[in-house]
Parts: sequence; C-alpha cells; structure tokens
Amino acid sequence: MANDRSKPFWRGTRDGAPFILVILPFAMLFGVVATEAGLDIAQTMVMTIFVIAGAAQFAAVQQMVDSAPVFMVLATSLAVNLRMAMYSATMVPHLGTAPLWKRALVAYFLVDQSAVMGADTFEREAGRDTGWKVLYLLGVMLPIAPFWYGGTLFGALVGGRIPDSFALDFAMPITFLAMIAPMVKTLPHLAAALTSVLLALVLAGLPFGSGLLVAALAAMIVGASLERTMERKGTT
Amino acid sequence: MITAFSDAQIWLVIALLGLGTFLIRFSFLGIIGDRDLPGWVLRMLRYTPVAVIPGLVAPLVLWPAATGGTPDPARLTAAAVTLAIGATTKNVLLAILGGAATLFAMLWLLG
Repeated sequence: MANDRSKPFWRGTRDGAPFILVILPFAMLFGVVATEAGLDIAQTMVMTIFVIAGAAQFAAVQQMVDSAPVFMVLATSLAVNLRMAMYSATMVPHLGTAPLWKRALVAYFLVDQSAVMGADTFEREAGRDTGWKVLYLLGVMLPIAPFWYGGTLFGALVGGRIPDSFALDFAMPITFLAMIAPMVKTLPHLAAALTSVLLALVLAGLPFGSGLLVAALAAMIVGASLERTMERKGTT
Repeated sequence: MITAFSDAQIWLVIALLGLGTFLIRFSFLGIIGDRDLPGWVLRMLRYTPVAVIPGLVAPLVLWPAATGGTPDPARLTAAAVTLAIGATTKNVLLAILGGAATLFAMLWLLG
C-alpha cells in the first residue's frame, strides 16, 4: 500500500532534515574551493554528484592544487572514504536480503549522515523489514543529496564572494558532533568514542589517513569487548 | 592556487574517485549479501558510528585547517557546546544550532 510505504520514507526525511543546515554551507564551500582550484562548473558538478563524499572531494581538490601525481590524489581521497566500507558492513545485517539493485542504490547514498542515522534507527527498531529500511535511508537522503548538489552549484557560481568570516569549514565538524553526541548512550559507547579520538590524534601523522582506520577498528574492538564483559558480569 | 592538472587529468580523477568510492560503499553489501555474519562481527559493527565519527572529527576540532592547524578558542568552544547540547537534549537540530551560534558569537567576540 502506497500509504504504508510512504511512512518510512517521510520518517527518514524528518530525521535527515536538520542536516540541511550544515550540508548547504559545506556544499557551497566545496563549490567555491573547487572553482578556485581551476575546475570548471561541469567538472565540479559531476564530481559532487558522482562522488557524493565531501571530505574526499576536498582532499582530491587540495591534492590537485598541490600538483600531486594522479595515483596519489586517488590513493589519498579513496583512503578518506575507506570508513564507508565499515558503513557498508554495518548495513549487511539490515539490507543484505534486498535485491542487488536496491543494495547498489543504497550503496550510492551511503554517506556519513545516512549510515549513522540508519545504524541508530535500525538498532532501536529491530523489527522493521528490509523494504522499510531501504525507504527510510532514501528518505534520510532527501534533505541531504539535493542540497549537496544545489549548494555546490551555488558555491561554484558565486565563487570567492563568500567571506572567510562565515567559517563554513566548521560546518562539517559541528554536524558530526551533533550527530554522534546523542548516540553515546552506554559506557562501551563512551569507551569506543574516547579510544577513537585518542588514537586518531596520536596516529594523525600516518599516511593516507590510515590512522583513522586503525583508530576506528581499535575503538570497535574496545566497545564490543567492554559490552561483552559487562554482559557477563550482568552489569548492563 | 590553481591546479596544474589538465582537463583530461581532472576528468580521470573524477571518474576513478567516483567509481572507487562507489565500490567501497558497495563492498560488503554487494559481496556478502544475505549470508549470515558471525555474532562477534555483528557486535563490533554496532559500534561503527561511535568508532568512526569521533576519530574523524577530533583533528578537525583541535587543528582546524582554517587557522593553519593552530587550536582556535572559538572552534573549540563551539565543539564543546555542540557536544554538550547533543548529549543532554539528544536533539541533533538543537545541537547544530547551538554550536553554530556559539561559533559565530565567539568569532565575533574574539574579533
């Protein structure tokens, strides 16, 4: 029934709506930076639509400005995106039974915001079926993807006329903090988050952003082990 | 400031970056599909968001590129306020608004 199917979609849209506030300035910043780096409008827009991964796009443009070899540009920016393999794995228990084309569609839209909102919602509402979850994720992306594309276009057209004092660079950190703070609900969550922060800072010098991957993997192990220990002691 | 890359090189980067990013996102979803994952893997995967995002954001908060990597009181305060509002209200929108308001207030105060 059309009505039943529209519910998860609009639920997702509602959950994704706050991100408009930060996606828009972040997208505009990318449009500005890319055109200032010498990409034309077509290149900027194809990149933003095809790649749809802010941090990696900034990394790629920065490396092109620094005249790094093509393979280095790719290695660095793809490494920035390796965390998405973890998101992909996170979605397997929820969406593994969906048809291949739906899994491919979801994969394209698996950005930080949709992966984190999806993982949180699917864990809290374990009874939802696969179809519900696919529609929920697409709903989350409705206030994100179009604004990412549109914001980039606006930034590319307006160019360097956005003053630095707008501090658009900090839109991304603020979104991530706002998104993750409510999810630190238990001691294992807190331990995982602190492990991630400490190791990411200590390993920040490692090449290709590989420090983040080591930090994330260690944090997952810390969280899961602590959860298991607490379960055994019956303290959860 | 302007890249020395040719048009063809830029298009090559865009094509391969897009393709590579999609393959990373599709990886586990595409290959594993509906096969069951072991329990310990599922347990670890539940920690993905809190394991990835804090490590991703920590260097951006402590060493922002906009200030050449020097810790910046305005950005540090904004980050702390965002975290505090998010943790207490569990409301993403409020946390974003509070963080942004703090950032602009601090940048204005500190000139």
